[in-house]
Amino acid sequence: MYTEKVMDHFTNPRNVGELENADGVGEVGNAKCGDIMRIYLDIEGDIIKDVKFKTFGCGAAVATSSMVTEMVKGKTIDEALEISNKAVAEALGGLPESKMHCSNLAADALHKAIENYRDNQQKKE
Amino acid sequence: MRRVYLDHSATTPVDPEVASVMMTYYTEKYGNPSSVHGFGREAKQALEQARTQVAELIGANPKEITFTSGGTEADNLAILGTAEALRTKGKHIITSCIEHHAVLETCEHLEKNGFDLTVIPVDEEGVISVDAVQKAIRPDTILITVMHANNEVGSIQPIAEIGKLAKEHGIVFHVDAVQSLGKIPVNVDEMNVDLLTVSSHKIYGPKGVGALYIRKGVRIVPLVYGGGQERKRRSGTENTPGIIGFGKACELAGQRMAEDAQKQIKLRDKLMNGILDRIEFVKVNGPLGEKRLPNNVNVSIRYVEGESLLLSLDMLGIAASSGSACTSGSLDPSHVLLGMGLIHEIAHGSLRFSLGRQNTEEEIDYVLEQLPKIVERLRMMSPLYDQVVRSNHV
Repeated sequence: MYTEKVMDHFTNPRNVGELENADGVGEVGNAKCGDIMRIYLDIEGDIIKDVKFKTFGCGAAVATSSMVTEMVKGKTIDEALEISNKAVAEALGGLPESKMHCSNLAADALHKAIENYRDNQQKKE
Repeated sequence: MRRVYLDHSATTPVDPEVASVMMTYYTEKYGNPSSVHGFGREAKQALEQARTQVAELIGANPKEITFTSGGTEADNLAILGTAEALRTKGKHIITSCIEHHAVLETCEHLEKNGFDLTVIPVDEEGVISVDAVQKAIRPDTILITVMHANNEVGSIQPIAEIGKLAKEHGIVFHVDAVQSLGKIPVNVDEMNVDLLTVSSHKIYGPKGVGALYIRKGVRIVPLVYGGGQERKRRSGTENTPGIIGFGKACELAGQRMAEDAQKQIKLRDKLMNGILDRIEFVKVNGPLGEKRLPNNVNVSIRYVEGESLLLSLDMLGIAASSGSACTSGSLDPSHVLLGMGLIHEIAHGSLRFSLGRQNTEEEIDYVLEQLPKIVERLRMMSPLYDQVVRSNHV
């Protein structure tokens, strides 16, 4: 049911972990629905220097989290904001129809982390 | 790659003895049992022998066995057929919250069409209380339908007592025995049942065959009309090879049940205790000991999700199942686990291993060696596990 690329990212997820003193952290989902994704960002100037994730969820949830971290590393904030859930799924060679809505939230977590970064910046000013 | 099959509650391999008996009825003795000629007669004779074999395993008379396309059709025939036959007598049906979808969805269909439905809750072990059934009975109750053993958590239900109640109140009693047949004794008289569903592919027979036991005198309106096969209860040319395979599988089940159960209880407990010994934060779902099917292990592994566990096990050749939302085809996890009072998060992390005749102790060792590593890897990724580790170390 999953593509080879999904299974690759599920088996060898990239950028698993957390960042101490992250500039931005974003979390989506809840334990009730079975998926929680949390993304940590280190941002220098406008560039995403480092990114890590932790995910509780199914194969699709883990793979999309891993994929989004790979897509976003080294990108500007504006570029990162353009990444959609759909683009993440496409980069994985597609997801089963049933997973498109429930477990395809990695871009949302990324956007939340950026929002959190911007909130933190505002507080500093 | 090494392969370990631990999903026998989903389906079983066909026993080679069963397969070889069936083959003849595809290629040589292919007659239609309704035909007058020799080809038909030999098929008919084998069909009736299979009926006797099924009847013997459940303590019934062969005339009380109606072959169907499987457990789901038998459940539908029992419930819809009774509702239709008794609709002028009453409109109330009692079932439980842990039934198979073949029963629940059928009851809910009737509810939408003018019947009243009471769904009995279960306790935290997944067992129905006889008392709750008694309280649900009304003067217009026409049918009680309850499973013998649950497919997910292996809980064995107090069928004989519920059957006694039903009998006292003159209510038709249907039992889905798909999971218990061949694993623990099933006897229609001792269990006080009027209708009993059985399925072939869970007991090393072929898929696409099942049967409904219909006690003599109990009226059922058919679902399928046509040539009047199966004493007019289920028209359509009989699936002769499949039915003959089912008959043989029943005969073998009768011979092997005690030995199978003894062996599987040992493996079951080894697996369950091994998981509890090796992995932290694990909850056993369902009862322990006598009230549990000999072949069922169901645990919730906290802070990880079931589908991720299944995928990881599958990569090592281990086949299991889960009650997580991702595998239930809906956004909610298993209705059985939720019915037992598990919170969503714990239900999502459930893992079922169901043992079979061919499993060995060495295979269980392999699972016990691999599973902790899988759980460890997934927990390292889990934001829920972090919180636990942190709060334990503060």
